[in-house]
Amino acid sequence: MLNYFPEEVLEHVFDFVTSHRDRNAVSLVCKSWYSVERFSREKVFIGNCYAVNPERVIARFPRVRSLTLKGKPHFADFNLVPPDWGGYVYPWIEAMAKHGINLEELRLKRMVVSDESLELLAKSFPNFKSLVLVSCEGFTTDGLAAIASNCRFLRELDLQENEVDDRKGQWLSCFPDSCTSLISLNFACLKGEVNAAALERLVARCPNLRSLRLNHAVPLDTLQKILTQAPQLNDLGTGSFVHDPDSETCGKLKNAMKKCKSIRSLSGFLDVNARCLPAVYPICTNLTSLNLSYAPGIYSNDLIKLICHCKKLERLWVCFFIKLIHYTYFFSGVPLSNQGLNWIMQILDTIGDKGLGAVASTCKELQELRVFPSDLYGVGNAGVTEEGLVAISAGCPKLNSILYFCQQMTNAALITVAKNCPNFIRFRLCTLNPTIPDAVTNLPLDEGFGAIVQSCKGLKRLSVSGLLTDQVFLYIGMYAEQLEMLSIAFAGDSDKGMLYVLNGCKKLKKLEIRDSPFGNVALLADVGKYETMRSLWMSSCEVTFGACKTLAEKMPRLNVEIINEGEEIEASPDDRHRVEKMYLYRTLVGPRRDAPDFVWTL
Amino acid sequence: MEGYSRKDEGCHQFLDLIPKQREWFVKREEEKTSNEEKKLELSLGPPGGDWTITDNNISQNTSRNKDHDEYLLSFGYFSNNPCSQNPVLRSPWPKHGLVPVMNESSQPRSNSIDVGLKSSEKKTFSPAPAANTAVPNISSAHKRTAPASVVGWPPIRSFRKNLASGSSSKLASESTDVAPNKVSDQKPTENCPKTLFVKINMDGIPIGRKVDLKAYDSYEKLSYAVDELFRGLLAAQSDSSGDEEGKVVGGLLDGNREYTLVYEDNEGDRMLVGDVPWHMFVSTVKRLRVLKSSELPTLSRGSKQGKQLSIDDSHK
Repeated sequence: MLNYFPEEVLEHVFDFVTSHRDRNAVSLVCKSWYSVERFSREKVFIGNCYAVNPERVIARFPRVRSLTLKGKPHFADFNLVPPDWGGYVYPWIEAMAKHGINLEELRLKRMVVSDESLELLAKSFPNFKSLVLVSCEGFTTDGLAAIASNCRFLRELDLQENEVDDRKGQWLSCFPDSCTSLISLNFACLKGEVNAAALERLVARCPNLRSLRLNHAVPLDTLQKILTQAPQLNDLGTGSFVHDPDSETCGKLKNAMKKCKSIRSLSGFLDVNARCLPAVYPICTNLTSLNLSYAPGIYSNDLIKLICHCKKLERLWVCFFIKLIHYTYFFSGVPLSNQGLNWIMQILDTIGDKGLGAVASTCKELQELRVFPSDLYGVGNAGVTEEGLVAISAGCPKLNSILYFCQQMTNAALITVAKNCPNFIRFRLCTLNPTIPDAVTNLPLDEGFGAIVQSCKGLKRLSVSGLLTDQVFLYIGMYAEQLEMLSIAFAGDSDKGMLYVLNGCKKLKKLEIRDSPFGNVALLADVGKYETMRSLWMSSCEVTFGACKTLAEKMPRLNVEIINEGEEIEASPDDRHRVEKMYLYRTLVGPRRDAPDFVWTL
Repeated sequence: MEGYSRKDEGCHQFLDLIPKQREWFVKREEEKTSNEEKKLELSLGPPGGDWTITDNNISQNTSRNKDHDEYLLSFGYFSNNPCSQNPVLRSPWPKHGLVPVMNESSQPRSNSIDVGLKSSEKKTFSPAPAANTAVPNISSAHKRTAPASVVGWPPIRSFRKNLASGSSSKLASESTDVAPNKVSDQKPTENCPKTLFVKINMDGIPIGRKVDLKAYDSYEKLSYAVDELFRGLLAAQSDSSGDEEGKVVGGLLDGNREYTLVYEDNEGDRMLVGDVPWHMFVSTVKRLRVLKSSELPTLSRGSKQGKQLSIDDSHK
């Protein structure tokens, strides 16, 4: 009967199927559905740009309008992947231009984007509307100028945490007067100035502007003028938030804020005078998202005062900066006596924890929390401890996503957290000392994380740290049934640990391991598993060349890449030689052709 | 310290760790009311128990109170149940400031790093060198050490790390008067150097220090920094002279003595610190000196114009 179902109807039904996973599932039902689906798919998501190539994507989805691509492995964020590893977007843009794809949206993460790519993009797709670049690199403001000048219907230019070479040109001024379609503009990661007048005019002529995130170079008085022009904003990232708090400008800013009744998300504060913060109090009551993690100058006290106004917060990113750290840092060429230092650190931990206590009592709607380390360069690294986490878990029952950098942790705390918050989808804990045991019992933190995976049945992403044995992986394998991404560092005792995970976590997609004693036995036990996963990263583990070669031979549809840095490239390295960095991923298109010399695909 | 005007009323209090008779309190989260600001003040206390300082000003456990609203933080001592939500109460802050005595024997955390190292066989991770093994009895300090230098740990994006390092100098200064049209993307480095180190000597201490005046933006902060600088040296000095630990420290820094901060300006004159606005001071100061106040009989405290910076004031 299905054969007589008109395709138009199928297509219409498929319009309601939006997630790429669901569409992938739909396409597997039968040939007819596969065919209808592929011609109607407009949004394509490619989790690993080397798993497939542009030609095949275009061949299968000729009507693609929106492309999402991810490049480098996640650990590239932490300098574990050498530059020039790969992840170039140019071939994709080139191919789409050649095939006349009507590209409207391009979203890239951890890719290398050159100015040429941006120029080609800007000139090839007349309906191009949305460019989102996250953690990318390789371009300059000249490339942005090309986008601004040529994309007549640009709605979104969203640059998040990219490394951009600022050429001091006037890229923002390149938006023509006829550009009135902007809905979202985020240039917070840029380091250079933009012409304030051009910015104000741009904002004034884009009535649909909903999201605006400024960079460090935009001063407070420009912000004030912009807000007066754009009270309809939903999402605001301030630029520099430094001014004389008693000035007229600050007063005007506060008034402008009062009129911005739609702002739900606030970020920025890339440079801040805490005494100016009260200017934002008028919008705090309606905020659902607050990111203060870039703010170097907001100390815990002021932060707490601000947070106390934000009762509807659902998402919060913070650091707890503690001024005292800098006293100890700056005035002592030599650290304080141990006792003095230790005492101070414990106070500061408590300040951090109390700050979280303030969050716990105020933000009852909180769903996502990220607590970044307070001061990477101060002596001693005070921050928060397990107490803060427990307080949050007790006070915020809707919490489902957390990234928590802390000085120390205990099993008891984790067990309490697991009981209080069974809804975690993402749980990422990072102890600043990567192998620190339970602060009270000195035992490994196996039981604590075990409680988390057992209680949080919907857990999809987990990062573990602290002293951990194979036992924690036994728990993860046993209980973490929905787990898709697992990050391991300095953990485990033997191959068993990794085996528990590979055998147990049926939905695992990404596994990244560093500095853990997992070796060949674990790697080769179930080679078929890797085709069910997007990728596996192992660095500073115990796998050898020989094992990697064996794996590559057995699994032709995997690329097993070895990254050699600083070593001589031997023609045939010894099979027993330990591999420093290995990255393997499933692919339909074999070894990539753009790999640099130091990357070997076995 | 007397004579300071507080510019930012709201947030100064917890930052003032200069010893006075004030107490700092930490509020339990469950008991917060709408007076959150007041209740979020922090309190500091000396280590519990083993006070070897013979100072009867230390009142032990006067406000020790387990189930209450306000806590004093202890100096390195946590209760037998550190996982509990309440930091332990200890006696109030003594007048003479930091006393480096730790009641560490019941501190279970003390061996954390040691245990961690032994039980883990990770070759790549090595603990921070500042393990402070030289100091007896203070093994809990092991935990509070500089971060281990492991590549890519803690896992923070470079973007964030660059923020922190680039702005560490900004943290010390909260400029209140910034030109409205300041659009430069970096602090101007061509015209003014980022540091201004001057020598500082203290009476009775043969070895001087150096302080970076650009790290501060007020006399308050400088005073605290100077206090901390020499406290450590005084303690070290008394240690090496073989006196009983703690007792001598107390003797040198007890509340009856005072020190005054003076400076030598660009004309060679010795001046009292605190009379002129901060930025003017910074532009003329050449070196600093900490004198015993007994040598300055003619100075009166709380003078109308300026602020006298004294270290270890005792307020009767």
